[in-house]
Amino acid sequence: MAELEAVIGLEIHVQLATKTKMFCGCELSFGDEPNVHTCPICLAHPGVLPVPNEQAIRYALQIGLALDCEIAPRSIFHRKNYFYPDSPKAYQISQYDIPICGPGKLGEVRIHRAHLEEDAAKTIHVGASGRIHGSDASLVDFNRGGTPLVEIVTEPDLRDAAEAAEWARLLRETVRQLGVSDVNMEEGSLRVDANVSVRPAGSSELGTKTELKNMNSFRFLQRGIEAELARQRELVEAGGTVEQETLHFDPASGSLTSLRSKEEAHDYRYFPEPDLMPLAPTEEMLREAREALPELPVARIERYESELGLARDVALTLATDPRTAGYFENTVEAADGVEPRVLANWVTGELAAALRQAEVEGGAADSRVSPPALATLVRMVQEKKISHGSGKTVLAAMVTEGGDPAEIIEREGLAQMSDSGELEAIVEKAIADNPDAVEKIREGNGKAIGAIVGAVMRETKGRADGGEVNRLIRERL
Amino acid sequence: MAEILDLTVLEAHNAKMAGELSPREHVEAWFEAAGTDELNAYLWRNDRGPEAAAIEPAQDWNAPIAVKDIFCTEGAPTTAASRILEGYRPPYTATAVQKLIKAGLPILGKTNMDEFAMGSSNENSAYGPVLNPWDRTRVPGGSSGGSAAAVAGGLAPWALGTDTGGSIRQPAAFCGIVGLKPTYGAISRYGMIAYASSLDQCGPLTRTVSDAALLLAMLEGRDPLDSTSVGIDGGVSLPDREDLAGMRFGVPAELARDSVDAGVREVFERTLEKIESLGGEVVEVSLPSAEHGISAYYVIAPAEASSNLARYDGVRYGMRAGGDGDLIEMYETTRSDGFGAEVKRRIMLGTYALSSGYYEAYYGQAQKVRTRIAEDFSRAFSAVDFIVTPTAPSLAFKLEEKTNDPLSMYLGDLFTVPINLAGLPAISIPAGLAEPEGGEPQLPVGFQIAAPAFAEQRLLDAAYALEQGIGFDRRPGDADG
Repeated sequence: MAELEAVIGLEIHVQLATKTKMFCGCELSFGDEPNVHTCPICLAHPGVLPVPNEQAIRYALQIGLALDCEIAPRSIFHRKNYFYPDSPKAYQISQYDIPICGPGKLGEVRIHRAHLEEDAAKTIHVGASGRIHGSDASLVDFNRGGTPLVEIVTEPDLRDAAEAAEWARLLRETVRQLGVSDVNMEEGSLRVDANVSVRPAGSSELGTKTELKNMNSFRFLQRGIEAELARQRELVEAGGTVEQETLHFDPASGSLTSLRSKEEAHDYRYFPEPDLMPLAPTEEMLREAREALPELPVARIERYESELGLARDVALTLATDPRTAGYFENTVEAADGVEPRVLANWVTGELAAALRQAEVEGGAADSRVSPPALATLVRMVQEKKISHGSGKTVLAAMVTEGGDPAEIIEREGLAQMSDSGELEAIVEKAIADNPDAVEKIREGNGKAIGAIVGAVMRETKGRADGGEVNRLIRERL
Repeated sequence: MAEILDLTVLEAHNAKMAGELSPREHVEAWFEAAGTDELNAYLWRNDRGPEAAAIEPAQDWNAPIAVKDIFCTEGAPTTAASRILEGYRPPYTATAVQKLIKAGLPILGKTNMDEFAMGSSNENSAYGPVLNPWDRTRVPGGSSGGSAAAVAGGLAPWALGTDTGGSIRQPAAFCGIVGLKPTYGAISRYGMIAYASSLDQCGPLTRTVSDAALLLAMLEGRDPLDSTSVGIDGGVSLPDREDLAGMRFGVPAELARDSVDAGVREVFERTLEKIESLGGEVVEVSLPSAEHGISAYYVIAPAEASSNLARYDGVRYGMRAGGDGDLIEMYETTRSDGFGAEVKRRIMLGTYALSSGYYEAYYGQAQKVRTRIAEDFSRAFSAVDFIVTPTAPSLAFKLEEKTNDPLSMYLGDLFTVPINLAGLPAISIPAGLAEPEGGEPQLPVGFQIAAPAFAEQRLLDAAYALEQGIGFDRRPGDADG
């Protein structure tokens, strides 16, 4: 049997951080007393009508532009009908065949669509399990009901669980940097569902998918997809077929339980919402949304690669988080004549290591090492005023106490040995002290030079330049 | 007091301006009259006690009004004539009613109607039918039957109704009063309990065209709480035109083959002659798609209703039945016990029409017909100023005459429904009396005039001129002569 390939698409619900709800004037909140942010509209009293939140429309446009989506000149709200206490109208106002944002792309993953809708209220099941089955009673908190949501649906372009989680992180960073959502998975302001299927590698047809819900962290997202892929692979390899169903992932046990099968799937009876006019963003709204876009991770990663010559993985590390990116760019600005590539390696390599070593919380941007101080240090190393090894020693001191690298070098006596006569004397002494190494070098074992270099470094306490030491040794042998 | 009740609202207003009538006396006379309701026109009468505190105007300087029980009134019972909303007291007041309260109109009470505005006879009320003041063995029409009967029966000087497929115009016709359905979007729907959202529109039921204009002027306007509302550009003023010179009235050619009662047809023909005698021109127009109006309406309206009425689930307000079992059992018991037969029929029709696999064949197709009908009207209005038909093909029928034949009941809406589908304004004015099959007493016949969207002022002007020309001054119970 051909090897099975995973096919994964994601559906991401983003709660928008507007002041008020999608269709009424109630304030948005998290963690308040239940049912204090309600009104006749979001409780669906008889006779009420929805009025769309303009800020939510603006935020949705920003998300659409950030995801490179086509913006629909006229999109339509639809009613999605279903009975459940979390849906007081018994329908959700959503979008169906003409969403506000059409096809787009983020990184390597194509976006199918992104649309505006309203969130459901929160049901709390009282009883042992915390889930509806076996509960004594169910309570409804309508504070969340009517919160504006953008639902983003990807094409099935992801090929493994880790890639899916990695891409979801990129999406979260992108949306976070737009400033349109708190994107907090634990609080539910970012919710990720996964559509998962397998197919013979190389096939272009899609297998039957299952939908995974309730993965409230990227780690759980990855574990949930891994668990489901393993289940599907085992099933298909044993000659079985995957049934279309919705699955609930329990992070505690790592198990998947069926919420509903295809037969139990709802017929939502979508039809155009007669209470709302088509959504037609004005030229001005589009222009303002475009102008409000900050530089986003994907664009920054590309710029770091093409303009600053960084390797892809280094660019990714620096560009994803805007504060790290800001730190790096300030360092580049402060460092005259040092290649950004070299500075990037210091930020992601030596500085990150020093922070870890000193068990300092947070990243470079939160550290006591200021961008100009780091730039000065790297320049001194590059100009061979201090050795690379001394540079790391100085950086370790800067991480704990901050300050100016030149002062630390002065205090610790770490300046590169400038008197070549002194260094030559030390080299000659090291050659004399290591006859075995000398013998091996003469027999053609180049690596043996390390012992002599090491002896020189010990004697100079690392102040000697490694290249210079090597040169002096070879000269004499 | 009888003299006070004989005054139209405009006449009373003029009398008050001239110092011949005290506003307080005027209001009190009407509250007293409303208390004599023997027609089951009111579901709740305002005793001006604590229940009505939130809907009390700051001062009574205007004529009091009867309000269809489909409008939410803060603190006062609002049922849409359904068991499922029994005991419900809304936490807010509908925009239309709010405007009237602000204009100083006391609310006389909430009027009976077909449950959730679904019906043409008022027999679908959970609280019993309304009786026609012209003949108490007959229906007043529907769904705004209580409002129409209250105005015709001297229980209110004017009333507020709603019209989704004819629910203002047809009861106005059956009760011999004026009923105006404004353009869709002219008046806010906020707080009006939704039946079919894309068709519902509120409007006045009055004794005269002038009173309808007065009421419309108070009601129209864009409402930030209703994003489909736009108001009427230029507002509305009192009509004063005496002739119809230069105005063209189109009679649909298709009308000839429609089944219309002989008495109704006779009054209609006589009214066309009256139009000509007033200087108007009567020409034939064609509305080829209008005959599919009923079919399209009975897909679109139930489809929207099936969704609009889904919120009555017993969870948050209104009636709750069952619930000792599980959630689904509570939903089912509440909705089975709470809704009447016609409402259930339409919910099922609509749910079916929207179902996956049937949507295109029913809802999709009905929307196409709707577009065609709108195109028919706009083509016709390029040649004429108005389109005229009888308001209803029959006179007020007997109670229970059609309750077992919903289809025949639906067909009674054939002249009114296309207007709603096209979103246009139309008015029904009383044009005369006709003798029903089986003899006395004679019953009123309504004449419908439809106009292009937002042409309410021209519509009122023409209706006023025609009303003056016809000179209909008969009231229920007048001796026949």
